[in-house]
Amino acid sequence: MADENKIGVYLCTDCGIGAALNVDQLEAVAKKEFKVPVCKKHPFLCSTEGVQVIKDDLNNGAVNKVVIAACSPRVNTEVFNFDPLKYVTERVNLREQIVWIAPKDEDPKEGIQLMADDYLRMGITRIGKSSVPDPKITEVNRTVLVVGGGVTGLTAAMESSLAGYKVVLVEKEAELGGWAKKMHRVFPTKPPFAEIEKPTIGAKIDAVSKDSNITVHTRTTIASIDGGPGAYTVTINKSGATETFEAGAIVLAAGWRPYNADKLRHLGYGRYRNVVTNLEFEQHVAKENGKVSRPSDGKSVKNVVFLQCAGQRDKDHVPYCSTVCCNVSLKQAKYVRESDPDAGAFIVYKDMRTIGLYENFYKTAQDDEGIFLTKGEIVGIREEPDTTLIIEIDNQLLGRKMKIKADLLVLATGMVSAMVPEEMSVNNLTPEYIGNIVKRETSDGVIEALEPESLMLNLQYRQGPEVPHLKWGFPDSHFICFPYETRRTGIYAAGCVRHPMDAVQATADATGAALKAIQCMELTAQGRGVHPRTWDRTFPEIRFESCTQCRRCTVECPFGAYNEKPDGTPLDFASRCRRCGTCMGACPQRVISFKDYSVDMISAVLKSIEVPEEGTFVVCFVCENDAYPALDMVGLNRIAMKTNFRFIPLRCLGGLNLVWIADALSRGIDGILLLGCKYGDDYQCHYVKGSQMANERLGKVQETLSRLMLESERVEQVQLSINDWDKLPGILEQFSKKIEDIGDNPYKGF
Amino acid sequence: MSVETILVVGGGISGITTAVEAAEVGYNTVLVEKSPYLGGRVAQLSKYFPKLCPPYCGLEMNFRRIKPNPKITVYTTTEVESVSGQEGNYSVRLKINPRYVNEKCTSCNACAEACPSERPNEFNFGMDKTKAAYLPHVMSYPMRYVIDRNACKDKSCDKCVKACIYNAIDLNMKPQTVDIKVGSIVYATGWNPYDATKMDNLGYGRIKNVITNMMLERLASPNGPTGGKLLRPSDKKEVKKVVFVQCAGSRDENHLNYCSAICCMASLKHATYFRERIADSKVLIAYIDLRAPGKYEEFLVKVQSDPNVTMVKGKVARIEEDPATGDVILEFEDIEGGGKRHERADMAVLATGMEPSVKVDSLLSFEENGFIIGGKAAGICSTGVAKRPSDVTTSIQDATGAALKSIQSLVRS
Repeated sequence: MADENKIGVYLCTDCGIGAALNVDQLEAVAKKEFKVPVCKKHPFLCSTEGVQVIKDDLNNGAVNKVVIAACSPRVNTEVFNFDPLKYVTERVNLREQIVWIAPKDEDPKEGIQLMADDYLRMGITRIGKSSVPDPKITEVNRTVLVVGGGVTGLTAAMESSLAGYKVVLVEKEAELGGWAKKMHRVFPTKPPFAEIEKPTIGAKIDAVSKDSNITVHTRTTIASIDGGPGAYTVTINKSGATETFEAGAIVLAAGWRPYNADKLRHLGYGRYRNVVTNLEFEQHVAKENGKVSRPSDGKSVKNVVFLQCAGQRDKDHVPYCSTVCCNVSLKQAKYVRESDPDAGAFIVYKDMRTIGLYENFYKTAQDDEGIFLTKGEIVGIREEPDTTLIIEIDNQLLGRKMKIKADLLVLATGMVSAMVPEEMSVNNLTPEYIGNIVKRETSDGVIEALEPESLMLNLQYRQGPEVPHLKWGFPDSHFICFPYETRRTGIYAAGCVRHPMDAVQATADATGAALKAIQCMELTAQGRGVHPRTWDRTFPEIRFESCTQCRRCTVECPFGAYNEKPDGTPLDFASRCRRCGTCMGACPQRVISFKDYSVDMISAVLKSIEVPEEGTFVVCFVCENDAYPALDMVGLNRIAMKTNFRFIPLRCLGGLNLVWIADALSRGIDGILLLGCKYGDDYQCHYVKGSQMANERLGKVQETLSRLMLESERVEQVQLSINDWDKLPGILEQFSKKIEDIGDNPYKGF
Repeated sequence: MSVETILVVGGGISGITTAVEAAEVGYNTVLVEKSPYLGGRVAQLSKYFPKLCPPYCGLEMNFRRIKPNPKITVYTTTEVESVSGQEGNYSVRLKINPRYVNEKCTSCNACAEACPSERPNEFNFGMDKTKAAYLPHVMSYPMRYVIDRNACKDKSCDKCVKACIYNAIDLNMKPQTVDIKVGSIVYATGWNPYDATKMDNLGYGRIKNVITNMMLERLASPNGPTGGKLLRPSDKKEVKKVVFVQCAGSRDENHLNYCSAICCMASLKHATYFRERIADSKVLIAYIDLRAPGKYEEFLVKVQSDPNVTMVKGKVARIEEDPATGDVILEFEDIEGGGKRHERADMAVLATGMEPSVKVDSLLSFEENGFIIGGKAAGICSTGVAKRPSDVTTSIQDATGAALKSIQSLVRS
């Protein structure tokens, strides 16, 4: 259904707008150039009276599309919030991005007036091409699939159930509980964080087993997962028998395994019987019900050395810190002391990392005269004939080497994510997807390609069977602010599969992941996007008749939203989509559009700009989340800028379509600046890959430019964060100067 | 039948997260913040560790989620006055303290231009001044001015009122109360930096060039007192050598009897502030243990690889001032190298810890250091640093979980 365009333009004259700009001129742009049926001026548009003027026009049917030419869309958003399913609203930022950055030292009127005229043209053009969303409402299954039955998975299941949701929990082992079930005792979980506690995992297993909302499958793996949020089809393999069911969202709680201690022979492991890992020690003590003895001859022990960071914080083994081992060794030192009050424990550490309130636990060990702690490392180890160990320690606190006789050496080995295949080293993983590099024959000859490995979820996704990892096999979020955002919509990782953490933190993490899974199903049910564009009810619509099966959308989507049909055309899953528009930018055929955002729309916006015949003129495509607010802050600080540029906000720079570059240059625009978020290892792009994709496309722009016989320097991408507002005027000035040196676009005036 | 609304007390990153996440599931949330803006402590940070990205970026996205969502109601300059009832049906009285600026404010700045009085800018820890009519900071949400009536030199002055053509200023505004019904309550009341003047040996407050880690965040910010330049307070000289004093107050029975969880990572981040901005700057970090848990280890290794950054195991015993130069002289024991060391530097930064900001409330139970364990009754929980010292991302994980806990209260009652 195409809306009839009944555009109303509302011009606010205050906050200095009326004094700085010729508003009559703006009115003329709206009425004469665009022949809008309604154009009104108001001295205080955000007041109740001002908003009422707009509401009256909407209610009496005179207007269905509202252009508000006033302040930034980032302010008064709630005030100018008209039913988004009935009306389209467009904000033209006259205040922050024109009047407040007006140069003070020259006659400011002309430059900013041209700017305002253009921004109004761009806004009216944009809204003319927009229509209200037609949300895709589909039947949503509200079952949470939890993968993993350790403390994280059990918690996620329990917490989802307590909120009234159905859960299916899948565990590959015969029983629930994971590593937690194998512990003799646990280190403190509650204030004052001083005493070791009896494990409570049993109660949790019972509660989950008895919960009528939760279906548990043990000895079960996932054969495949198809579909998307709200409508996953999950096939499980239960001891050889397959079963298929529907789910709405997924919590990935696959947990961890200990680092392979066979690689720690230099520390005596595998060479001496009385060298064990912390996990082996724990299980042994649990089996012996608290009694500590040595493996070689079962004799009770008098002296136990604990080596922290065994094969951790070590570039040759596990480069990270596993977070829990300091507390684990303190706990195990207490086993030694409780088993025999005359026995002693010696902990050798790099740094004691008993973070936060665990300081208290550390203190209880420091207060125990039978527990010795020192910063240092093991420099030598050998075995006496009676299997006693002689351990040489470089004691860095005393500044000298010392030899200790020990019955037992416990290596505090760390955690490896369950998403790392057994045979692979955490240090040696391919980026993003875990798998093997294989040689493949293609029409372009033999190429090296990654064959992703199916480990856990077996997603039937074009972009691979697992959630991409960041580093060391952790399918973690890269965002500090949004720790649950992975690159697979609807799948939320929790617990040690994504980051080493203790049980208290894993419990909290599982609860958060359960919330996100539930939220995803609820938002999907309303046809909304999930994080961050939860307000957005548009989705990509594809004109399949013009698709050439180039597969760029299916490859470039940061979230793997597209599969491919057998003929190579994209198979879209709206509920996997995050509405960033990266596919729209990727498409050379321009067949992907949203109701309020399209290639055609931005092309029209570019055409609506009146490029001045004199002087360097620049158009900036900007990320609306960071670069756009940065310019607002330039205004808020009243920093004067040149007026020879125009900002075109994009949902993400990933939406940049190269046709716009050609459009802009053929219009005589001299330079094009892309302002987007940082990409690379520490990317800041909210859509993970958007700004990087824009940059990769920019590499191809050379072709366009040479076809137009233009210099490639006319197009540049700058990585700008929201806090770089103070640098923005300089960046624009510098770019403008560079373009000035290159000279005018020869197409100018044509 | 439960009241389908959740109250979140505290509008920092934890409270914002709980409110937004619960609202996006479909529940009404009321977010109450005592200061005039949302964002709390993270709004004052220049960058986050370990990505060195600006907190404003995530705040912007959170504000974008709040603005079009009718399920979230935000009250700033507001405190909880009383709570009664039980899980599923709590009656809460909110006290809205006067902002003296109403919703008609367009943030045009005319009031500040007209205002003749100044006040120390607490957002920048008093290192600069604002007018008595001011906008708290460039990312303030709501984007609305405030008048600090205590800072008005002449109580009868009404220049701001006259300057405002929108009638947005009401100098006679009185505290208001609002009564609301909610089904559950989440306390996300956050933290305050530990009062560094309590550590007499470290000279803070007495020695000009001894500052705190939070002050350094403001010095490093483009909207800080120096526009982002790292200048020392006494003479605005560029800082060529800086010493970080770890565990300033933390892990100390006389001060904070716990580890504040973030200060090691914060100082490592701060080391990069200096190293990236001042080419030949030298950084020394005096620590007890370097606590870079989990994947943060990578950041520690990165900072350690900089030859201009030195890390020494040892607790700083004393800081003195060289009155002639304004330099600081730090005395500490180098535990590994052995012996007492004296180190001269342009400036010292105290890695002060976090203290829970609400330590008394009859509704809540506290652990011995003042962190909130939870509510005494069902339907009340705590999250973020109010619950335990933690970094931003851990707080957000916890706050997301708190959203589910608060929803469960509504579902069950």
